[in-house]
Amino acid sequence: MSAAQETVLPEPGPLRRAARLLAGNRLGVLGFALVALIVGAAVFAPWIAPYDPAAIMVGPRMAPPSAEHWLGTDNIGRDLFSRVIAGGRIAMGVAAAALAAALTAGLALGLLAGLGPRWLDNLLLLVFDALRSFPTIVFGLAVVTLIGPSLFTVILVVAITSIPIYARIVRTQAQALREAEFILAERAMGVGLPRLVLVHVLPNVVGPLLILASMDVPLVIATEAGLSFLGMGVRPPTPSWGVILNDGYNFIRNSPWPVIAGSVPIVLVTLGFTFMGEALRDIFDPRLRKG
Amino acid sequence: MLIYALQRLALSVVIVAVALSILTLMLHVAPGDPAVMILGPRATPELIAQTRVEMGLDRPLAVQILTFFGNIAQGDLGRDVFTGREVSTIVFEQLPYTLALIAISIAWSGALGIALGAFSALRRNSWLDTLTGVLSVGTISIPAFVMALYAVLVFAVWLRWLPAIGAGEGLWDGLVHLALPSFAMGISWVGYVARMVRASMLEVMGRPHVRMARAFGLPERRIARSHVLRIAVLPAVTLIGTGAAHLFSAAVFVEVIFARPGVGALLVSAVNERNYPIVLGAVLVTTGIIVLATLVSDLVVAWLDPRQREAL
Repeated sequence: MSAAQETVLPEPGPLRRAARLLAGNRLGVLGFALVALIVGAAVFAPWIAPYDPAAIMVGPRMAPPSAEHWLGTDNIGRDLFSRVIAGGRIAMGVAAAALAAALTAGLALGLLAGLGPRWLDNLLLLVFDALRSFPTIVFGLAVVTLIGPSLFTVILVVAITSIPIYARIVRTQAQALREAEFILAERAMGVGLPRLVLVHVLPNVVGPLLILASMDVPLVIATEAGLSFLGMGVRPPTPSWGVILNDGYNFIRNSPWPVIAGSVPIVLVTLGFTFMGEALRDIFDPRLRKG
Repeated sequence: MLIYALQRLALSVVIVAVALSILTLMLHVAPGDPAVMILGPRATPELIAQTRVEMGLDRPLAVQILTFFGNIAQGDLGRDVFTGREVSTIVFEQLPYTLALIAISIAWSGALGIALGAFSALRRNSWLDTLTGVLSVGTISIPAFVMALYAVLVFAVWLRWLPAIGAGEGLWDGLVHLALPSFAMGISWVGYVARMVRASMLEVMGRPHVRMARAFGLPERRIARSHVLRIAVLPAVTLIGTGAAHLFSAAVFVEVIFARPGVGALLVSAVNERNYPIVLGAVLVTTGIIVLATLVSDLVVAWLDPRQREAL
């Protein structure tokens, strides 16, 4: 499309404007591409993986990459590429479940703190501050001691430790609106609280929350991989990236490939979601940049 | 300043108390009998009954929690069920190793980060500026435990330059053994701090007081040092509080990977034994230190920038 044609066009719609802004942001495009690749690989994992991730091959153990095994094989002869793909499915599943739970709870608690009575606000703020002062992994280990290591434990730990961040944002937004004049006017006209929240508060917080959540995906995945690495997250027969890394660590003097295979996807996920989140933030909410 | 400091101190104490309540509550909300939980699967019924009485589990919940708080206020974190030793002794034995690791990581990465950030703000678009930019994006995306694995792989397995196991004996050997662990923990902070200092220096350099100083003919070096950098390091100082939390998490992995002693390694072995008193003690001590670090960094910021004192 030439420049002359473009000037004739009427005001572009918000989606088209967003798309154009994104096209100008090379890192953003890279981020979206990486995220699409990773999410795609996670969704279609059973069809992409060339072997059963748990199957033990007849060939050599700890083999370097080859035509049959793209990333080599691990210490008991399983195909690393298939395991990495299967691990991606676990990682994305945990991220989706944990962030959905954290967003829902954060939204509810944030509204409660922002619109509720003053004492409740103070109490919730204290609880948020206390939760934030636990180091994630250290807190996670305490939870594991109580309810044992499992996929559910990982989701629970990540959700609890990320709630304060989301809740605080919702709270600030709700409080700012609470004092706004148009809200006072609507209240005077008898508009109820549920309607105010639905019409005025929610649309204002959902965007920033989702952008923040996308930038938190790497943290969630690092926590899952980290706990699984320690043997306290996803249990060994399941091929989490952390489990692959732990196997690799135990045999690090024999072969570097398991460590490389387990870590590269973590780095790609982090870069992908960080670039995508930053691009989304710049496009939809430039004000967030300062925060 | 004194009133602000006291207010912040009181708030910190309350936060630790709330954190403690959350941890105790978790023990009681979790499914299963806390006595069984603490003794593990090997417990006999008599031992469970005895432990219930010792832990005061037969008394009402409110009494239990209050007693527990009272004990902790006196520095008593309970006893280890396996060895009968004081939990506080066990945790504080391991603490110096972890604190040394964290302190060295903060020191080298903070100093290098501030220097690189200041330099790249003063010489924008120089090769060093580009390098710090690439370094920050590249290293932030690697979690500390992955970095630790690569440090082992490259420097200990391939190059065989540095030891990868244990804490070493004596000062020099100890420092040599700290090299790889503190590298793995600190490297991602170098780029982060540098970017932050660079951004805030550029912002501060545009402020009127800097133009004024320049108009008075003060030498550039002096302006950069005492009129720009002093303000521009503030965001990096507030980072120490939040950074401490991340570093304690990272220390868990680094201590396990490098087979070092420390609170993180203690915690992992306690979790494997399902030894909740030690887990609770370790979580409590690390949380206390993080709250303290946040307090100290807030006070340093308030001391450097008087306007922050009104923020509470």
